[in-house]
Amino acid sequence: MIRTAAWKRYNWRVIWLSLAYAVFLIGAVYGFKHALVPTLLKYPVAILPAIPIIGIFVAIGRYLVEEQDEYVRMLMVRQILWASGFALSCATIWGFLDNFGLVGHADGYYMVIAWFFGLGVGGLVNKMTLGEGGC
Amino acid sequence: MENRLRVLRAERGWSQQDLAERIEVSRQSVNAIETGKYDPSLPLAFRLAELFDRSIEDIFVSPSRRSSKAI
Repeated sequence: MIRTAAWKRYNWRVIWLSLAYAVFLIGAVYGFKHALVPTLLKYPVAILPAIPIIGIFVAIGRYLVEEQDEYVRMLMVRQILWASGFALSCATIWGFLDNFGLVGHADGYYMVIAWFFGLGVGGLVNKMTLGEGGC
Repeated sequence: MENRLRVLRAERGWSQQDLAERIEVSRQSVNAIETGKYDPSLPLAFRLAELFDRSIEDIFVSPSRRSSKAI
């Protein structure tokens, strides 16, 4: 990806959110494993690791707003379209395989993993179709 | 979109990076526009036209005119 000022800000946000995700996830897992979470707080604590992930989606949105280079912004939009298409296709295929009892049930958050993988696929497609300018 | 950006840039002895800095975009953007892989927005096309002191039509070849010439 081309390192514009907006891209650098986006990267910092993602780094901080990833750190928060690791801390929240470890904390939530530890809390539940050792029965430290009071009943009243079970739902909020279980949701805690999801918040930084949602934050990453917000960071991507802010990046699109802040990016001044329209070509670079277009590259990211293409990546997002690829990511969404890839993740939704994976979820659809898995859903039918699951329905017909051919695969096990997958947790919902695997959709997010597929989406981020799709972002990488989109980057690769940009590179393949736009050459040097698609990086 | 076909354009004369490379020629205009070469006339001034500017590199892609020089032009990119002048219109405040990345070098990759200039490359994508020059090679016709990306069509700039109207505001960016105007920035280029003003920089080279030309009209937009002097820099970018209208796709419809190009196809009618081919006929």
